[in-house]
Order: sequence, then C-alpha cells, then structure tokens
Amino acid sequence: MSAVSEQEDTSHAEPRKGLSPRKKQRISRSVQYAVLVAVLVVLVALADWKAIGESFLNLDVARKGLPDLFTVALRNTVIYTLSGFALGFVLGLVLALMRLSTVAPYRWLSTIYIEIFRGLPILLIFLMIGSLPLAFPGFELPGGVYGSAALGLGVVSAAYMAENFRAGIQAVPKGQMEAARSLGMPHMRAMVSIVIPQAIRIVLPPLTNQLVMLLKDSSLVLILGVTAAQVELAKFGNDQSSTYANPTPILATGLTYLLITIPLGYVARRLEARQGAGR
Amino acid sequence: MSTVEIRNLHKSFGKLEVLKGIDFTVESGQVVCVIGPSGSGKSTLLRCVNLLEQPTSGTVVVDGVDLTDPDADIDAARRHIGMVFQQFNLFPHLTVRRNVTIAQERVLKRSKGECDRVARENLEKVGLIDKIDAYPPQLSGGQQQRVAIARALAMNPSLMLFDEPTSALDPELVGDVLSVMRKLAEDGMTMLVVTHEMGFAREVADRVVFMDGGVIVEDGPPEQVIADPQHERTREFLSRVLHPGV
Repeated sequence: MSAVSEQEDTSHAEPRKGLSPRKKQRISRSVQYAVLVAVLVVLVALADWKAIGESFLNLDVARKGLPDLFTVALRNTVIYTLSGFALGFVLGLVLALMRLSTVAPYRWLSTIYIEIFRGLPILLIFLMIGSLPLAFPGFELPGGVYGSAALGLGVVSAAYMAENFRAGIQAVPKGQMEAARSLGMPHMRAMVSIVIPQAIRIVLPPLTNQLVMLLKDSSLVLILGVTAAQVELAKFGNDQSSTYANPTPILATGLTYLLITIPLGYVARRLEARQGAGR
Repeated sequence: MSTVEIRNLHKSFGKLEVLKGIDFTVESGQVVCVIGPSGSGKSTLLRCVNLLEQPTSGTVVVDGVDLTDPDADIDAARRHIGMVFQQFNLFPHLTVRRNVTIAQERVLKRSKGECDRVARENLEKVGLIDKIDAYPPQLSGGQQQRVAIARALAMNPSLMLFDEPTSALDPELVGDVLSVMRKLAEDGMTMLVVTHEMGFAREVADRVVFMDGGVIVEDGPPEQVIADPQHERTREFLSRVLHPGV
C-alpha cells in the first residue's frame, strides 16, 4: 500500500518541477521560427534587389543565349557525357570480369587500374590527354575534342563502374551460373547470357548516379580547349557572362544542369526503391 | 551399357572429406534414389556426376565418356545430363519460354522454330503451357520446379539428375512435381534422384541407395532398403524419417 502511494506522490510532484516535454518542444519550435523570420527580414532589408535582379535574372541577357544554350551547349554536354558513359560501361564491364577472373595477373591489372583511376582527379586526366601530342608528336586522338572527352570521362568512370559491376555480378545467386553450366553453356556464354543481364539490373541505380556524376564532370572538358561549336554548358555560361558582363548566363546554365540531374536522381531513387520492394 | 559409372570417388572441401570412396552405377532406364541424413554427401555425389563439383579423385563415366579425364569436353557432356536443383534456379529475368529455349538455341544451335516447338512440347508435358509467357517470379514454387524440369528435358538428356527437387516446396505443391517425375520415370528416363520423399522412392525407384558419412551403406531394390534394411544405420535413419517424433 505505502509503496503505491509513494509512487503516486512522485508522479504528481514531477510536472510541477518544470515545463512538460510538450511545452518545451513548443517553445523551442517558436524560437526557431522567430530566428528564421528575423534572418529573412534582415536579408530582405539589406539586399540590393535591383542589382541582384539585373545581375542574375537579367532576361535580356538570358534571351541572347538562346537557342544556343540548348542546341549547342546542352547538346555537347549530353554528347560528352553519353560517349564517356558508353566507353566507361564497356571498359568497366571488362575490368569487372578481369577482377573476378581465375587468372591472377588479370585480377592484379584490374585492381591497379581501378585504384589509379579512382584516385586521380578528372581534371588531371584531361591535362594528360591534352599533353599526349607533346609526348608523341603528330599523334592525334580520333574524334578530336569529342574523342578526347569520351576517353577522359570513359577511363575514369570505367574504374567506378567496374566496382559496381563486380558487386552486381557477385550479387547474382551462384545457382544461376550452375543452372546455365548444367545446360551445357560454357562459362563465358553463361556469364553473358545469364549472369551479366541480371547484374546490370542490380546495378542500375548506382549506374544512374554515375551518369549524374559524369554529366557534372563533363564541364571539365573545357580544359581541352574547345571551339564555339564544341562548347559545353559550363564554358558556354562562362563565355556568355563575360561577353555581356553579366552573371545571368551562369545561373541559366546551372538551371539547365538541374533540369537533367534532378530527374535522373529521382529515377535512381525510384529504381532503388523498386529493387528494395522486390527483394 | 551403364549410363553412369562411378569408381572410387573421393571429394574433399579443404580438410573436410565429404565423399570417402563411392562406387556405383546407374543402368540405362533405371531410376535410382539416393537417401540419407543431411551432410551425408548425397548432394555432393550428385553434383560430381555433371562435374559441378570437381572430384578430388576417382572416375565418373557418363555415357561412356570419362568426365574426370582432363581432356574431356565437360560442356558437351553436360548437354546430355539434365539437372534439377532444390532452389529451381530458373532465370528470373527471362520468360518461361526463353528459359526453356535459350540453351537449345545457344548451345544446341537449333532453329528458332525448332526451339519453340520443343519448348511447347515439354511445357505441355509438365502441364504449364499456359504459363509460357510468364516470368518465373510470377509462378508458385511447384510451377517453377516443373518449368525447371521442362528446361532440362528440352535438351533431350539421356540422364536426369534431381537434387532434392521438392525440399524447398510447400507441402501441398510437392505432389505436382512428384507426378511429373513419376511420368518421366514411366517413359523410361534414366534418373538419379536425391530425395527425402520415401513414398516416391518406394514406388518409383528401381534401386535405393542409402548414404551416411560419405559412404554408401546400403544399395538395393526399395523393398529391401526401405522395407527390410540390413544395416543398423539405415534402420535408424528410416525410423526417424518414417515416424518422426516417435
């Protein structure tokens, strides 16, 4: 009896000591709102809206960039990205198969390649590609800037994609290979017809993210020295903004990137969610 | 002529010796059921017959070809050895039709029309012709296993290996798979079946092999091995399987 009454006493006493948790939370939230409003008020009061509008949202300047922003710059960005991705995809798959090979030197070569190209900045790779004619006079990559861009983006993304593919191939149940072999398929045939198609499905989300990374990295192609017809988004924005002495084109370029990267990111998350549900 | 002839087969995984000298044969047209407790090496033995496991020593001769000979063309031999797995192992990214045609097309180089005809014929045999355009994950376990049987049969095997084909199935789905296997046996297929289904072994098998601890303990007709076992270990195993909980 006495124990129960004691317990009741303490439970009554506690709320009187201070504020209830719910009340505390309410006060904390009010403070956060107050700070937010205060900051916004200060920003609005201090900012030079006219200058900001003329600099970043100057529609006259933005209009001058059309339609080249899409027909030239975006088009080139997409070409650089997709050609780099295609090369990276094929090379990455080969590297992944080498990584899983029973021939040890293949495994070493693949590991060395992956470690090197994941560890170097793409900018440096482009500088190296640009300096190839210095080392070998008369040497020229087929495709000019397009070839160089595809090579640079491809060799780096191959290193990342190889790791994705390796994980994907290893995630395909062993029974798939065994079933294919038991039907008389040679190892490579089973790999190509049965295991790799399933592995690609598994790595679709990380590959989509890889594509987004590559799209952003394609801005570094500018280091190769491009003509007006070869210009991609970032350099296009920069050139326009210096021509018109106005930063609006850079903002427009940024929006154009987002036009692609945000939907792609959404697709990657959807694919991931679908796989999670299917398992 | 014997379809399968195994002599002094040993298989070790690292230090663990799983098969300790196996000798046995399967005659053409025979149905042989391999029974035994888990870990007795029966699945390993089956997987050595088509060299999914490389034997440590001994010989495995199938249809007169010594598969343990380093010069043997294993891929060619496997074309005539059908295998059905406990986990079905259908190709989930391909339709039922493609599951049954892909190896015919890629391995046997049959024409598209021929592949399709053989696929239909074998899906008809297992009672799943109406599922020809479905994907494996849309099928029940029992249906998947019957498609797996059709996939193996489409290669016109001279020997069928079954690795606990009903162990992963819900009890009510076991019957359909067993009746397909029974029909196959009646048609004269040579079959080597690792199973826990004593009823099937008793009714369908020409011979029952009891394995324990990596050796064959008893080998004979089912009425002998199952109904009147000669060895203590066989008796003990059977009493546990036939009267669980007693």
